[in-house]
Amino acid sequence: MGNSFGLGELGFLIQGLKWTVLLAAIAFIGGGIGGLGVALARTSTSWGLRRAMAGYIAVFQGTPLLMQLFVIYYGLGLIGLTLPAWLAVAIAFTLHASAFLGEIWRGAIEALPKGQFEAARALGLHYVPQMRDVILPQALRIALPATVGFLVQLIKGTSLAAIVGFIELARAGQIVSNQTYAPLFVFTVVGAIYFALCWPLSLYGMHIENRISRTAR
Amino acid sequence: MQDTSVMRPTVPAAPAGDPLIVMEAVNKWYGTYHALRDVNLSVGRGEKIVLCGPSGSGKSTLIRCINQLETIKSGSITVDGTRLDDSSRSVDAVRSEVGMVFQSFNLFPHMTVLQNCTLAPMRVRGIAAAQAEATARRYLERVRIAEHAHKYPAQLSGGQQQRVAIARALCMEPKVMLFDEPTSALDPEMVKEVLDTMVGLARDGMTMVCVTHEMGFARQVADRVIFMAEGEILEQADPETFFRSPRHPRARSFLGEILAHH
Repeated sequence: MGNSFGLGELGFLIQGLKWTVLLAAIAFIGGGIGGLGVALARTSTSWGLRRAMAGYIAVFQGTPLLMQLFVIYYGLGLIGLTLPAWLAVAIAFTLHASAFLGEIWRGAIEALPKGQFEAARALGLHYVPQMRDVILPQALRIALPATVGFLVQLIKGTSLAAIVGFIELARAGQIVSNQTYAPLFVFTVVGAIYFALCWPLSLYGMHIENRISRTAR
Repeated sequence: MQDTSVMRPTVPAAPAGDPLIVMEAVNKWYGTYHALRDVNLSVGRGEKIVLCGPSGSGKSTLIRCINQLETIKSGSITVDGTRLDDSSRSVDAVRSEVGMVFQSFNLFPHMTVLQNCTLAPMRVRGIAAAQAEATARRYLERVRIAEHAHKYPAQLSGGQQQRVAIARALCMEPKVMLFDEPTSALDPEMVKEVLDTMVGLARDGMTMVCVTHEMGFARQVADRVIFMAEGEILEQADPETFFRSPRHPRARSFLGEILAHH
């Protein structure tokens, strides 16, 4: 017979939660850096760069994350590149998040009035200070609600990492459920943990969205 | 190094009367639309020029070519001895010497008035923060808005914002100021404060090229009024002559329409 749900089981779930948070953090940081590059490439004056990035985004937005994980973990193994599971997963999530964040931020950059770019150029500002000091601070502010929304998606998306043998929160829940024969209870706990993680973020997203629309003229 | 800016003689102070801006046979197209047709224009140091004409006549396009917000198809533009070519070097050199004021102000909304004014001097000229701030306060004083230095643009009226925009451009200590319909987006009661600022600037000897429909301003400060239509310069004269007896029929009908409103 299985065990009953006790502190040991809860501890196991918390271990899984650690991986979930860590994975989401890696994906978000990696995706933030990659996404910035993607957004800048998509708004650059180089046609080739814009097309190449559009292709990359199309692939990663148009295929399931599950498949991306598969291809990167097993696919790289097939060509003789054996990565530790966490690294493969980190790469897959970073590529995935870069595509989505890049597209969100591109939209925000393009939503800025043309006059902001022109004023910066007319003052003689070069590309880097133009972007860093004038364009990006405004664009990221506009994009903040959508960015937080994507982060919530990402946290839940980390459950797919179980496919390559990763024991994150959802997978940990499945294991505990198998041991305790109490799936309803276990998954209620797992769901509550996800909720406790995501709900405050969603609230925060709504809060900044309200604030931005209040100050928007 | 193969660069035209290296080959040009580097004369620090050109003699008075030597033009600051020279445009020769400039043509500009937007797709199939011929926006500027063989435009020749030279602007002397200290000269104040008012460009007028019906909408779509190419006045804004013309001044936007001077600092390369628009690129030209043929012809040449030289600003203070630097010929604008495709090199980013010549564009940078020209932009840092040319100030521009836009119809829609285009202040950076996430920065205070003071930060708006210190950004370019620090980033482009490499001036230290304290010095940039001192310069900014001096110009904000000059446009009579120093007490709002700590505020954000959204907290100011349109007229105040436009005066900040003028101060921001002046902080780069440009050799020429371009004004692209600076009062067109303003409520009527705010037009005067901006025009007064511009008149003051003109009195101090700034070289100015202004696209504006403010004919009172043109009479008061312009050395030369230039009338454009359909991308061509049709007439240029001192304001007295232009307003009293415009020669070109299109200039006459344009003036008739404009003055009918005043």
